[in-house]
Amino acid sequence: MTMDSKNRMIDVQDVYFKYPHNNENESVVALDGVSLHIEKGEFVGIIGHNGSGKSTLSKLLNAIIFPTQGDVMVSGLNTKDHENLWTIRQTAGMVFQNPDNQLVATIVEEDVAFGPENLGVPPQEIRERVDRALAVVEMQAYAHQKPHQLSGGQKQRIAIAGILAMEPECIIFDEPTAMLDPSGRREVMETIKRLNRDKDMTVIHITHFMEEIVDADRIIVLDKGKVVMEGKPRTIFKQVKRLKEIGLDVPQMTELAYELRSAGLEIADDVLSIEEMVDALCQ
Amino acid sequence: MSVEIKNLSHTYSEGSPFEFKALKEINLTIEDGSFIGIIGHTGSGKSTLIQHLNGLLTPTSGTVLVDGKDIFETKKAQLIQLRHQIGLVFQYPEHQLFEETVQKDVAFGPRNQGLTEDEIDQRVRQSIKMVGLDFDAIKDKSPFELSGGQMRRVAIAGVLAMEPAVLILDEPTAGLDPRGREEILAQIKSLHSQKQITVILVSHSMEDIGKMVDKILVMNEGEVVFYDTPNRVFTEISTLESIGLAVPEVTYLMRRLKEKYPEIREDIFTVEAAKKEILKVVRG
Repeated sequence: MTMDSKNRMIDVQDVYFKYPHNNENESVVALDGVSLHIEKGEFVGIIGHNGSGKSTLSKLLNAIIFPTQGDVMVSGLNTKDHENLWTIRQTAGMVFQNPDNQLVATIVEEDVAFGPENLGVPPQEIRERVDRALAVVEMQAYAHQKPHQLSGGQKQRIAIAGILAMEPECIIFDEPTAMLDPSGRREVMETIKRLNRDKDMTVIHITHFMEEIVDADRIIVLDKGKVVMEGKPRTIFKQVKRLKEIGLDVPQMTELAYELRSAGLEIADDVLSIEEMVDALCQ
Repeated sequence: MSVEIKNLSHTYSEGSPFEFKALKEINLTIEDGSFIGIIGHTGSGKSTLIQHLNGLLTPTSGTVLVDGKDIFETKKAQLIQLRHQIGLVFQYPEHQLFEETVQKDVAFGPRNQGLTEDEIDQRVRQSIKMVGLDFDAIKDKSPFELSGGQMRRVAIAGVLAMEPAVLILDEPTAGLDPRGREEILAQIKSLHSQKQITVILVSHSMEDIGKMVDKILVMNEGEVVFYDTPNRVFTEISTLESIGLAVPEVTYLMRRLKEKYPEIREDIFTVEAAKKEILKVVRG
């Protein structure tokens, strides 16, 4: 065995998840036999339309909910074993959509300290962790400010710092840019990519913005509770028709390349960025 | 319905250490039946501005005229009438759903307008249809068992049921998946063309704005930076970037292509337009 599940950051083994039932007594199958794995240090993008099972999956990875059937292993620990709960939540941190729902304290650095305080980290070490975490998200200058005075992008970076201070091995981002303006989105994406590149953080990025994951290591596409596609961004996004069929999109440049090809222009079908499009058109 | 904004200023917590000038002397006219996009980074004054348009906030100075009538001079009863004419869909409007069934929730607005049961029923049916939902299939469901996209539509239907002459939407597609985004935008567009109402769309998506609107209002630090057609606004790339905004990806592409194809147009902001222009210059 080259990569056993112990070395894997995340291993989801044939997982089913049913929400109990709605008003009409039907149970809703949110995940329908999902198997996937994420290696340490990987940057994986997860896409799927609303209701495809993305958020259910992210909650399973963080041991907020548990599989109806199958196993979720985080760093070799099964989320089903109750004694693993806190270790798992500390190993796999989560950043959510709305920055305002994630900040708890009235001063930025106290907010970042909240996680490690709850873990019982000694005060001196908390100080060091908070400083380090704020440095990583480039928010040291705001340590003594009030979170509500920050922009959306800055608040999200503080939320990320709060997770970093708990020293996780992996961070799951559940649509962290959905509420941000263009500059906020850019700030947050740069921070996420830097964490993965420079700090070797395993990143799982759930998003509806295809441009955000063009340089992910791998993309997983969920539809109706199943993994329907999996592969490198270039391989996934060139399947424009299929993605559109399941209600998804492709980066604007990929779409333009697809349109130009269908109009008869000879151009590669796996263009992902402006840079590549310029190259393709200016040869 | 036209909306005229005159010397409008708004200062939060005036005279306190937290004083914040959110709007500074805004002057502009939104013509009857137009489709306006508002862009600006978080904190630029967009939300403060739209909350003045139906009298939710009162100006520190200046005023708003709706069809020539000063909405802050009118009596309270008339202001309520005016509010019914100006529908405001807040960000994440699904958080405001509260009734037991979809039908009751959508009926809440028209019921407060004092309409008859028949009129209410008709409006509820119409507006649920307008947002692309099946009335019979959904009317008795609890709003809380719907998907995110459906909840968003029900919330928008609740505002449409009041038949506003001006519809203001604050980030109606935030958090929706690509298909959901496209559907909601298409419905807003057809609503605008069918009913000829004035639509004001606040969005962080330059692509959506580029596709939809006649005119873009760009806000920064409580002031109007541009109020012009997408063609003019989206060619001001450096100014937009300096205030934390951007232009659609295809617009950046056109600028880059200019080095090789000097004749290429830069005022392009949709994939469709880019395709035409590129085919034109490449094929010569």
